[in-house]
Amino acid sequence: MSLERFLNQAVSSWMSAEGPNSDIVLSSRIRLARNFKDYKFPTVFTSEEGQKVIDAVYQSVSGHPFSSIGTLELLVMDDLQPLQKRVLVEKHLISPYLEKNAVLGACILSENEEVSIMVNEEDHIRIQCLFPGLQISEALKVANEIDDHIEKQVDYAYDEQIGYLTSCPTNVGTGMRASVMMHLPGLVLTHQLNRIIPAINQLGLVVRGIYGEGSEALGNIFQISNQITLGKSEEDIVEDLQGVVAQLISEERSAREALAKTSNIQLEDKVFRSYGVLSNCRVIESKEAASCLSDVRLGIDMGFIKNISKNILNELMILTQPGFLQQYAGGPLRPDERDIRRASLIRERLNMEH
Amino acid sequence: MKCQECHEREATLHFTQVNNGEKTVLHLCEKCAQEKGEAFIVNTGGFSINNLLAGLFNLQNNFQPAKQAQAPLYKEDSLRCDECSMTYEQFVKIGRFGCANCYETFKGQLNPIIRRLHSGNWAHNGKIPRRIGGSLHVRKNIENLKQTIQELISREEFEKAAEIRDQIRSLEKQLERSNEGGY
Ligand SMILES: [Zn+2]
Ligand SMILES: [Zn+2]
Repeated sequence: MSLERFLNQAVSSWMSAEGPNSDIVLSSRIRLARNFKDYKFPTVFTSEEGQKVIDAVYQSVSGHPFSSIGTLELLVMDDLQPLQKRVLVEKHLISPYLEKNAVLGACILSENEEVSIMVNEEDHIRIQCLFPGLQISEALKVANEIDDHIEKQVDYAYDEQIGYLTSCPTNVGTGMRASVMMHLPGLVLTHQLNRIIPAINQLGLVVRGIYGEGSEALGNIFQISNQITLGKSEEDIVEDLQGVVAQLISEERSAREALAKTSNIQLEDKVFRSYGVLSNCRVIESKEAASCLSDVRLGIDMGFIKNISKNILNELMILTQPGFLQQYAGGPLRPDERDIRRASLIRERLNMEH
Repeated sequence: MKCQECHEREATLHFTQVNNGEKTVLHLCEKCAQEKGEAFIVNTGGFSINNLLAGLFNLQNNFQPAKQAQAPLYKEDSLRCDECSMTYEQFVKIGRFGCANCYETFKGQLNPIIRRLHSGNWAHNGKIPRRIGGSLHVRKNIENLKQTIQELISREEFEKAAEIRDQIRSLEKQLERSNEGGY
């Protein structure tokens, strides 16, 4: 398969489309956890109950009236190849838990992959809306519409005092996790992020790297999400998150301006060195690829690099994950083979820009 | 120390689990810990809900008088959910409920846990399901209107307050009717 065709099939809307503030905010996500009142939760349910849940959820949404979502497809985890599931995880459409541990897990996916309803994850239903750029309220609106639509037919587990009942008490109340994925190279380069993170934690929000382990955040990509789900309304949670994100955007912008003022030539040098590595490498590990991709994206945003599309960071961060590389290769690859594949895929993708 | 799950990466997170009163420590790398579930709250130095619950549970035991503390943790007559037959001890161990009814069953133990998880909050303040929410919507509406009345009175806008009062009365009648006739 040509890379171009593979890309057309592989890229979700949130990876390729541009949204508000998409120079810094890569994507916005809302996830609502819901459960049936009358069935045991997936951790202990019978397979008969599990199947009933899948059928009922799919039936409740299959004739949905929302034109923006398009048709919904049911993907049953047990019917998928391990590699197919891995790719869904890498595209953030399902959780690693649904991939590996769920019994009778399924995912109901929209055509443009903006809507993904996980069934029989830790909770019976997890409605997820993933939009490009800063669009948390928009994502909440769509998630609410789907939620209301499902609720017409499904009796939810709900308590007047503590709200939506979830399998884990960390999600009780709204059952909502709102998160935003941000590219913050300016704050990292100027060593400001470590100062800011504790202040964000104070507000009940969590910051973490999406790629990489421990304290490192590969590609300078961070996720900011709400920690508590009980006691505040959905709108207030979203508003608080939006406030912090707006603050981060403006601090990131000033950091970039400061960098341009104090070390423009050094920054330009860093950007073009990374561009050189990506366009010429023959073997590259994911860590190096991520850091070069972040530099190139910063170079595009700051006007050093003109003729490359902005979504290259989003796209290649995902397409160079192990699952995707193997899917493109058409079979399993050893880690050293992946590094070779990764290099050739990146070079090919950059060539498509000219 | 290497991660006990993948035996590849350094273990940076350490989880304490309490089984039958015996402590075991699980050493994981961040990747494996994440794959074990979203509930791991990574940036706070890595503590899990299981860990937290186990901690709370032990804390409660520590506060018991010495005589009782020596009693086995698992009692035949321990609290058990009628619907899914999960016991409180099982819940503490896995950190997940078995069904919606567990919340009712373990209500007595749950309050401090929920407060601690949600920075002191104990009441839902968000969405009400449209259909099964039923009269909840009306009651919520009445509450909001009563607050508005207080504000109007403090601003001495008595005419408007009277209008709102009438609105509240008709909503309350509506509630009575739905309670009488079912819906
Ligand atoms: Zn590991
Ligand atoms: Zn139960």
